[in-house]
Amino acid sequence: MADVVVTSLERPVPPATSQAAPARAPRPGGLAAWARRGGPSTLLIALPMILCFGLFSWFPIARAVVMSVQYTNLVAAPEFVGLENFTYVLSDPLLPVAVRNTLYFAVLALLFGYPVPLLAAVAMSEVRRARGLFAALAYLPVVVPPVVAVLLWKTFYSGADTGVFNTIAGWVGAGPFPWLQDPDWAMPSLVLEATWAAAGGTVIIYLAALTGVPPELYDAAEVDGAGIWRKIWHVTLPQLRPVLFITLILQIIGTSQVFTEPYLFTGGGPANSTTTILLMIYNYAFGGRGDYGAATALSLLLAVVLAILSAIYFRTTKRWSTT
Amino acid sequence: MSGPTTGRAAGPATDRGIISDADLRRPGVRRGLRGVHGLLLAGLVVLGLGPVLWLGKAAITPTQDTLRAPVEVFPNGTDWANLAEAWTRFDIDLHFFNTLWLALGSWAVQLLIAVTGGYVLSVLRPAYARVLGALVLSTLFVPAVVLLVPLYLTVLDVPVAHVSLINTFWAVWLPAGANAFNVLLVARFFDGLPREVFDAAKVDGAGPFRLGWSVVLPMSRPIVGVVSVFAFITAWKDFLWPLLVLRDPAVQPLSVRLPALQDYVELDVLLAALAISTVIPIAIFLVFQRLFLGGAGLSGAVKG
Repeated sequence: MADVVVTSLERPVPPATSQAAPARAPRPGGLAAWARRGGPSTLLIALPMILCFGLFSWFPIARAVVMSVQYTNLVAAPEFVGLENFTYVLSDPLLPVAVRNTLYFAVLALLFGYPVPLLAAVAMSEVRRARGLFAALAYLPVVVPPVVAVLLWKTFYSGADTGVFNTIAGWVGAGPFPWLQDPDWAMPSLVLEATWAAAGGTVIIYLAALTGVPPELYDAAEVDGAGIWRKIWHVTLPQLRPVLFITLILQIIGTSQVFTEPYLFTGGGPANSTTTILLMIYNYAFGGRGDYGAATALSLLLAVVLAILSAIYFRTTKRWSTT
Repeated sequence: MSGPTTGRAAGPATDRGIISDADLRRPGVRRGLRGVHGLLLAGLVVLGLGPVLWLGKAAITPTQDTLRAPVEVFPNGTDWANLAEAWTRFDIDLHFFNTLWLALGSWAVQLLIAVTGGYVLSVLRPAYARVLGALVLSTLFVPAVVLLVPLYLTVLDVPVAHVSLINTFWAVWLPAGANAFNVLLVARFFDGLPREVFDAAKVDGAGPFRLGWSVVLPMSRPIVGVVSVFAFITAWKDFLWPLLVLRDPAVQPLSVRLPALQDYVELDVLLAALAISTVIPIAIFLVFQRLFLGGAGLSGAVKG
């Protein structure tokens, strides 16, 4: 999902499928001619991809749709139940809580993680020497495995007076804070770690986009008498508009599927204050209940919302990359 | 690969950003810029490098020091035994090599599928390439969350073969191959190669295998490098999927095992284990910095 961006941004080459060679349709003369043109070898080369996608992508996707209207627990044979899974999930009292938490996570992640990388990238793009060092430092947290990052931050978030963050807060006379123990604190704490872990990637995207701003635009702005701030406001930011939009959508899509942080930090607690939609899906299916139908129904509902978002995103990037 | 970066000509005349040389000649601007950059660097060192360095420090510090004075550096000396204890007594060696195998296998499968798939879609282009390409592309629109449960059930009982892959590395390796982004990335790269070379090879009588092996593959080293590095590091970082399909601790990678360890391992040993788990990804990052920072691998950067 995340992935389309880069290529469509970087290399505006039309996708392979849209420029398929015309005169390749199997001709009358049939199999023998097809074999002579190397048809069987081609099919053989395509086979790993067809098998792999067939078994582990296309089949499970189709199965998700089927399963969402079945009751499946792996013990008894699956049974058709119509929309029961959907009504069950939609009437689960935990769902509004999970939706609210997920939205809260997404909004906080935008507040924490959207402006800072942009400012950092704009400042970084003006570094003339050792820009690589700046970028590498910013990107380093992205390389740390997510599980390591969460467990490390769990130590930082220790509620004791002598926890890492509470010690630092103590230097300015604040705290100690109940980072993960208090329902009001838990979600912002999760988002803070998630932002730390992801911001470097966003910085790199912005940096790449900033080097793509045509220098002539700055020259022209200077001729018109623009100072530094007006150049940023009237040239840099408008030029970054497409990429800003892309990172916005991607961040929403990414944060609405957040799992590792709530699962490892708090397990959804305290008092369900960090139960997200994905955590609910996980618990339906793997949390002991084995209710696979409900889990798929909920994941399909989430997917529809996300698909609308990515469709908007895809249409928009397509327009931008062709202009 | 590095799109926008290469889009910019190399000449010094065009090598400018927001601030012009004229701006720079003004002392106020120069001082302000230096101040901003100093602050930025300090911030990046503290926020980016700081936690990682702290982890390295805590890995060789006794638990009591980490608990009582977490921001002091070695108040009572170091405790290198943490690393050895984690490695041998708590089987971090086993999980480390499990992780390595998982990553190497995922890398091999992803590369095979991406290169053969990209080759078929972009170079060979059989009559069914259009449909195939559309089917591959369409999976990009399906969020990973949809696959979670049905893919788990598929791995539990693979269609046709009717075997369970649970608790085997294949449960991670094979699904890793169905990565549409890799296939399309390679296909796009092949689209950019000169078609005349392929046509010439075909005229010379090269079949699909020969053309792929002797002509296309040697030309695809850059893209193979990109796919390789990101396939490996993504597999190393993966958590949710291995958590589901590798229930037996003997086959679990670090990412799945570490959370379980935190309940019964002393803090210093746990932190040592965390540090060990981070060494390889950071080493790869340092070696292939240009790939990561050039924007080639944004897929890994932005969670999708």
